[in-house]
Amino acid sequence: MAQKISLKSVFLALVLLSSFLFSYSSQAQEATEEAATEAPAEGGSNAPSEVPTDEARISEGKSLFDSNCKTCHRVHEKLVGPALKNVYNRAPSIDWIVNFVHNSSKVIASGDDYANKLYKEYNQTQMTAFPSFSKDEILSILGYIKQQTDKGPEVAAAAQPAAGAGDAAQSGSAIPEGYLNAIMIGLIVVLVLILVVLLLITTVLRKYLNQRTDLDEDDAELVNAQFSLSSTVKSTPFIFIVTFLFAAIAFKVVINNLFAVGIQQGYAPKQPIAFSHKIHAGQYEIDCNYCHTGVRKSRSANIPSPNICMNCHSAVKTESPEIQKIYAAIENDKPIEWVRIHNLPDLSYFNHSQHVKVGGIECQTCHGEIQEMEVVHQEALLTMGWCIDCHRKTDVNTKGNEYYDNLVELHNAESKDALKVENIGGLECAKCHY
Amino acid sequence: MSDNKKTYWKGIEQLSNDPEFIKNADKEFPEFLPTEQNSEEGGGSNRRDFLKMMGFGIAAVSLAACEAPIRKAIPYVNKPVDVDPGVPNYYATTYVNGGDVCSIVVKTREGRPIKIEGNKSSKITQGATNAQVQASVLTLYDNERLRGPKIAQKNAKWADLDKEVINKLNSVAAKGGQIKIVSNTITSPTTLKVIEDFKAKYPTTELVTYDAVSSDGILKANEESFGQRVLPSYDFSKADVIVSFGADFLGTWISPVEYTKQYSKTRKLGPDKKTMSRHYQFESNLSLTGSNADYRYPVKPSESGKLVVELYNALGNKKSSNEGINKAAADLKKARGKSLVVSGSNDPAVQVMVNAINNLLGSYGKTVDISTPSNYRKGDDSAMKRFVADAKSGRVGAVIFYNCNPLYNYAGAAELKEALSKVSVKLSTADRPDETAIASDYVAPDHHFLESWNDAEPKKGSYTLTQPTITPIFKTRQAQESLMTWAGVAEPDYYTYLVNAWKALGVNDIDEVLYEGVYETSKSLTDAVEETVSTTSFNGNISAASQKIAKNYKGSGVELAIYQKVGIGDGSQANNPWLQELPDPVSKSTWDNYLTVSKKWASDNDLSSSQGECNKAKLTVNGKSVTVPILIQPGQAEGTVGLALGYGRTSAGKVADGRGVDAYPFVNLLNGTNSYDVFSGVTIEILPERYQIAQTQMHQTYMGREGVIQESVLSEYQKDPFAGRYRPQIADWREESGSTPAGALSLWKGHEYNNHHWGMAIDLNSCTGCSACVISCHSENNVPVVGRQEVINKRDMHWMRIDRYYSSDAAPDDLKGLEEAAANPEVTFQPMMCQHCNNAPCETVCPVAATSHSTEGLNQMVYNRCIGTRYCANNCPYKVRRFNWFKYHDNGNFENINTAMNSDLGKMVLNPDVTVRSRGVMEKCSMCVQRIQYGKLEAKKEGRRPNDGDINTACASACPSDAIVFGDMKDENSRIYQLLKIKDTEIDYITETEIHEPRAYHVLEEIGVKPNITYLTKIRNKDLKDHKA
Repeated sequence: MAQKISLKSVFLALVLLSSFLFSYSSQAQEATEEAATEAPAEGGSNAPSEVPTDEARISEGKSLFDSNCKTCHRVHEKLVGPALKNVYNRAPSIDWIVNFVHNSSKVIASGDDYANKLYKEYNQTQMTAFPSFSKDEILSILGYIKQQTDKGPEVAAAAQPAAGAGDAAQSGSAIPEGYLNAIMIGLIVVLVLILVVLLLITTVLRKYLNQRTDLDEDDAELVNAQFSLSSTVKSTPFIFIVTFLFAAIAFKVVINNLFAVGIQQGYAPKQPIAFSHKIHAGQYEIDCNYCHTGVRKSRSANIPSPNICMNCHSAVKTESPEIQKIYAAIENDKPIEWVRIHNLPDLSYFNHSQHVKVGGIECQTCHGEIQEMEVVHQEALLTMGWCIDCHRKTDVNTKGNEYYDNLVELHNAESKDALKVENIGGLECAKCHY
Repeated sequence: MSDNKKTYWKGIEQLSNDPEFIKNADKEFPEFLPTEQNSEEGGGSNRRDFLKMMGFGIAAVSLAACEAPIRKAIPYVNKPVDVDPGVPNYYATTYVNGGDVCSIVVKTREGRPIKIEGNKSSKITQGATNAQVQASVLTLYDNERLRGPKIAQKNAKWADLDKEVINKLNSVAAKGGQIKIVSNTITSPTTLKVIEDFKAKYPTTELVTYDAVSSDGILKANEESFGQRVLPSYDFSKADVIVSFGADFLGTWISPVEYTKQYSKTRKLGPDKKTMSRHYQFESNLSLTGSNADYRYPVKPSESGKLVVELYNALGNKKSSNEGINKAAADLKKARGKSLVVSGSNDPAVQVMVNAINNLLGSYGKTVDISTPSNYRKGDDSAMKRFVADAKSGRVGAVIFYNCNPLYNYAGAAELKEALSKVSVKLSTADRPDETAIASDYVAPDHHFLESWNDAEPKKGSYTLTQPTITPIFKTRQAQESLMTWAGVAEPDYYTYLVNAWKALGVNDIDEVLYEGVYETSKSLTDAVEETVSTTSFNGNISAASQKIAKNYKGSGVELAIYQKVGIGDGSQANNPWLQELPDPVSKSTWDNYLTVSKKWASDNDLSSSQGECNKAKLTVNGKSVTVPILIQPGQAEGTVGLALGYGRTSAGKVADGRGVDAYPFVNLLNGTNSYDVFSGVTIEILPERYQIAQTQMHQTYMGREGVIQESVLSEYQKDPFAGRYRPQIADWREESGSTPAGALSLWKGHEYNNHHWGMAIDLNSCTGCSACVISCHSENNVPVVGRQEVINKRDMHWMRIDRYYSSDAAPDDLKGLEEAAANPEVTFQPMMCQHCNNAPCETVCPVAATSHSTEGLNQMVYNRCIGTRYCANNCPYKVRRFNWFKYHDNGNFENINTAMNSDLGKMVLNPDVTVRSRGVMEKCSMCVQRIQYGKLEAKKEGRRPNDGDINTACASACPSDAIVFGDMKDENSRIYQLLKIKDTEIDYITETEIHEPRAYHVLEEIGVKPNITYLTKIRNKDLKDHKA
């Protein structure tokens, strides 16, 4: 009897503790999320008349700079191209900058001194031409550069991690490893203590009962029952419990394994070139779009072709044996055969542009912290359950998209919740299978 | 109501209640299902097989669980600026095959052309296509194409070939020997310029033009009547009365795409337009055009010439013995200046008479434009005959066969073959080792038109450009470039040549023209003096022509009328399995040609036919004979038989070789031109051997239900727009009248469509049955080709079929009436595909929910969920579901049939956005859901609603007659919303899309499945008394 009581209490204690643990973890998560806020700083004054200073232009300039210039230029440090601080004062004229951005080779060819000096200084690397930029757009970029120049390098550096912090917070495991170990050890100590206390209680109780003389024989036998291993093992409840546990575990293992067939979560094959997203996307903050050009317009994000690599690597790290592989590919006209990591089955249709451009989903939502990955692995499950789950939970990015106006209106008339992907047919078969 | 008492029947079997037909009629699938082809005992699989499969299956699963195969992701080395993987690019270009020209837009994915659409910028075709144009993209990926040049049938290098050819040509020219360039009609002015340059280098060169199916008669007649050897432009859209003597202008005659577009405009009806054209057809074989005619008169070929003369006389008030001619003449007289008479005859005498009639009716300058000639056919039969004679006599030193195959498709092929042995240099530019190429010393294979630069001038002043949509797949070279190399032209390539040549047209930046693909100018490419046609001064000798006709047109015994089928045409694309499997719109047969005989002839000769199986016959025409299967064709003129061209290829490729028989040897000469009719000397011997033609006509029947076809005549429609409608009623106590429309009661609550509600309207009145949609669907949706035997097994996979119904007023037990019915039935075409029912019977019976309804009105089919119970197909009232009995891709048994899915080359044509289905799953029309999704996404990316027309299904976009209209029935600006006059109403919690167009109906309305496909009634422009009602 004593045995039973102890089992029950141990179980109870476990449940209590685990619920405590969960609540602790979620609190910790909230705390981290609160930390991630940062307000943009105001721009400086006394600008040259042509470089704009208003907020809208500067933010336009920032987005243009981030998606087009950032791969080769920084404001305060020299990368592939020169650091751009003060460029509006340094260069011969604003118009010169505009011409140079539109077509640098033309300016160089025209025999312009300043341009030729730059060209020589940077190993005769030509800047990519951006003929589609209007003068206003270039001025916006200059506005942003000016703002950053005025801020100085420290301020700019501080602002950058803050922008990235929001994404980092959403990935679940917020409790540090050390805490978890301490809690586990504490738990075990408590359990051992309970066990000791319970043993003490049973001993005391048995002693007390044996002192009593009015016990009949049956009761006495019960109190002094000797624990017999063989009889316990042979008892029907024991056999039943053991069989049941065994069967249940076996069943669970089989089911788990069956569900795992074809799932390659964590798959991180060796690639022909040791390309590091950590360096490119993390350290240098190159926009994902810069290389994965299809992500906003196509169903596939596109693995960049070597000519995109060459935009920078014609000048950067040319001696590296890994970069040499790119040169070899171009020379031999042989494509680089990357190993595909995310293998969605052919029977399901997935479109990047739908999710990224229309849905406004971050790359990291499905691909994990790609900017931290030295070697890319498959972060998401890529099962249908995983897709459906997200379609159930995710709000439709309806803001500013006329396509959804009527749908939002109809939905709001019926429901107080936000419009989910599920509500506009996002769970239907023929949305992905055709 | 149902005042429509007609009997509708799909074939002779149904009309005569053939027991075999009845047995199969109520089955979705045939009883005998031989799926195990290689089983030795023929007993299918047994327990051991099952265990083996189980063992293998488990092993395979566990292996698969261990490690997934490594898949590569290979980017471009240097990504082209215009290509984004996953994003289609569209290029305006031009389909050219012989004299056939069609401006098209090609959809490419990752640099591969995968789909052809019409080019709406073209004023000639106005965005229309036909089956052959649609299918031509598969010919690009034909495995039979030559990989490079050949010298003496051995692979060679271009440099070697050029050297040898130039040497040979020079030596021929030095000796003064004739050099002939033999070609089909060349519509490209720049190519003609290249040939002029070639002539400058080799002055003894002559261009000999012939056409497989010649229109020399018209050219000669116009030379006589107007002093100009030209083919006029016809405008059917301006004709109120159309009379055609055997011209299949909707199917195969000259420029059917253009004519179908024009014709369909006269067949549209609506509240604002209650008139339509009246169409008379006099012909021997039941053609696609004849099937669409309001009045059709079966006549013997030997009579048709005389009837043209009689019509001319009847217009001058001399009554004809043929009631049809009198009736047509009366109508023509009323529609002076708004009528058009055409004849398919290639006899100049007949065409002179036709010119005389059109002149009499004032058609010139209105429906016939002789001052804007067409260039589709320039073939000169007598020039070709002269060439053969020259070759025979050894006067020809060298011959270049420019993209033509006269050893197959020239009537005197045997004679030519013999004559060629006397020609020392024979060169072909064929794309494959065809009949002519294997008889040539040199083969300099040309690019496919999708790999080429070119231009075409289908009509005077209307130019259309061809641009490459793919890098040449093989080491072929553009034929013009070959000619330029041999002639030593300065330009390095044909593109530069073309750009320079077009400067004469006032085009300095060709890219601007390439965007639209078409260009119109009054300027001409050649500097030649513009010859202006003296407009309508008809100058033909009528009496001479009629005398010739009276002399030549004498029939005796059975007469043979040679025709072309809509799919295969003249046989140049015979190795295209899509076209081979395309059911002929009228006979519904695939993969074969056959001798069409009349029902009367069949019963006179005690012929019985069942499920396409009939005796074979030995057809002998003037000493030449072939053995050919017989097909009993309702509507075949008595005393005539028909045989199609384009079959019996011997060297076209694995798909075409040995299919059917070659009818070209039977083409004979009449009045100086090729004649496709044989008046006498035809004998038919019925052989005991039986042969089954793979027909789809008897598959999927409706078992005599009413309301499938709803039709009326024009005068009734004008009185009551609801004419011909069958509106089933159900007894209902709640209504005062005691009944309610069948569709108003339902067990289901219906569906609420908040976003889109896709629907389709099909106008039976403008649908000509041309089958462009069928091929378009094939190409868009990766539909497999199954082959002749599987079609016989009733397992054709077409998602879209065109049901052809014959109709007559005779009851099935009325034997006399039955025979009359089969003599000249009315024909109705009905495109039939998944009806996307709102209360779909298939959805409720699927045990695994593999087919379900979407919030946009689509009936969705999920292949990976389907376990193949086939309950859905059995429960489908429209019989539109198709089951994959086999794995049709990567399957050796289908290697030579389903070429698009069985080789790396063929697979390039597959649409990467549509799954290729595997064995054991059901499939059906998806309403091109991939296009809907794509169109919606494009709209979302731009932050707007999709505009009407942004999204179109493959069938609707291919339709040359605009009979199929697809759109969002929730969008008030859409064409379908306006066409069907839609109003949304709510009755008893059922949100209904109510259709208020009187002509609109749903097939099998009474069963209440509420389809999203709507049909518009067929209206014939017949007098009520002639209407078989």
